[in-house]
Amino acid sequence: MRTEEIFRAEHGRILATLIRLLGDFDVAEEGLQEAFATALARWPEAGPPANPVAWLVSTARHKAIDQLRRRARLAQKQDEIARHIELSAEEEAPVPEDRLRLIFTCCHPALATEAQVALTLRTLGGLSTEEIARAFLVPAPTMAQRIVRAKAKIRDARIPYQVPPDDALAERLEAVMVVVYLVFNEGYAASFGERLVRHELCAQAIRLGRLLVELLPAHAESKGLLALMLLHDSRRATRLDGAGDIVLLEDQDRVRWDRVEIDEGAALVEDALRGAGRPPGPYALQAAIAAVHAQASTAAATDWRQIAALYGMLARVHPTPVVELNRAVAVAMSGGLERGLALVDGLDQRGELAGYHLLPVARAELLRRLGRHAEAADSYRRALALVSNEAERRHLGKRLREIAS
Amino acid sequence: MRYVLLIYKDETLWGEMPTKEKVAIFEEAVEFSEDLRKRGVYLGGDPLHTTNTATTVRMKNGQTLITDGPFAETKEQLGGYSLIEAENLDEAIAIASRNPLLRGGLSIEVRPIRVGPPQ
Repeated sequence: MRTEEIFRAEHGRILATLIRLLGDFDVAEEGLQEAFATALARWPEAGPPANPVAWLVSTARHKAIDQLRRRARLAQKQDEIARHIELSAEEEAPVPEDRLRLIFTCCHPALATEAQVALTLRTLGGLSTEEIARAFLVPAPTMAQRIVRAKAKIRDARIPYQVPPDDALAERLEAVMVVVYLVFNEGYAASFGERLVRHELCAQAIRLGRLLVELLPAHAESKGLLALMLLHDSRRATRLDGAGDIVLLEDQDRVRWDRVEIDEGAALVEDALRGAGRPPGPYALQAAIAAVHAQASTAAATDWRQIAALYGMLARVHPTPVVELNRAVAVAMSGGLERGLALVDGLDQRGELAGYHLLPVARAELLRRLGRHAEAADSYRRALALVSNEAERRHLGKRLREIAS
Repeated sequence: MRYVLLIYKDETLWGEMPTKEKVAIFEEAVEFSEDLRKRGVYLGGDPLHTTNTATTVRMKNGQTLITDGPFAETKEQLGGYSLIEAENLDEAIAIASRNPLLRGGLSIEVRPIRVGPPQ
């Protein structure tokens, strides 16, 4: 592995341990940067050491101690650093808990969600501030300030560097999963930005999802979340055509779906559903729905009845109008077009989804299938007035032209 | 580490609540603070009179400016404070979230106390 690749892959693990040892994000990061610089100068010629992670932790820690010494000399606080020097190799060894501590600290609910996202990508993902800024279309100085502020709050308000106690774990884990899924969706939505950056976000989110599953194997919903991301990601290559236009699920080239991701995702779904309490959580259920789609060899072979049933369960544990809209579509697709349309219209009248373009899109699609073309065209026009994503706009325009001709 | 818990309430809503209900919640809150005091966690605190008794002092062009009312007119107003000792923010949040006043629709801002001059 090249030196830079080792850095990227091991950044989170090393930094998490350093923060535990040094008790300070900034000191840990600075030490790590110096250690990376030393490695970059030495490894290409001398080759990496037998255990690069241990070497980097140890070197970074000593660089940090040097730094603390220089500061202590200025501030006359020499005794404060004495405790850093006498550490056993055992204490210095990275433990899996370190990364859990780090992710729970970065995703602490006392930090703004956008700061949680940035800090998680920066520390665990090893992304540079510039990369994160580019991914979220924010000027780099703004992103840098966001990260600085979050670290200052961690220090000044004393957000603890620990895995939450059992009674708070479930709730805090929920917050972590929100951040991970947010990162994934930011990469997956592809509504703007460079494709390469977006792909990196999905890969980062999946890596974080794996980390949760690895470190908290008893937690079913993390498996659900990882499965959901893998199953969505398996379709990445087929979601847009050569011109960057959206290809609907039913028109995607299923041969090009990533079988490895689908198999891993489907196995995780089963695991998550089996391990889950009753009823299963929202991520596991969404993943189960994605798995049904992924396992249908053709669009026509999709088991819509099962999907409708899963959406019914999801609507009970996670009752939102968007879930109800999806359930309505599944009901329609499983042979009850009229019934599905009635559900969509009911939602429409309740007005909770006013401004959400996918409601008129769903309505238009169902009307089209029922042969009510004039009404379908009206609904497409309504959707076009609401849509903001350029690729979606082109797609809807195409549908409208098809039906109007 | 010391934290101050700034207790905010919507004075209008609180004012409209039946006195009996207010007194019940208040007594529970006093009991709650007493319990914290016994555990050595509670360092002090008081309820405040409503914001129509507030006076804000600031300086403008070198002149001290005294104005009637709280610093900012917001939907919720500062109604009291507690000073507590906690190991970290999670502990401080845990203490704040057990406060019975929350049931009366009040919210609590948790702020760490800084020691020494500004950095």
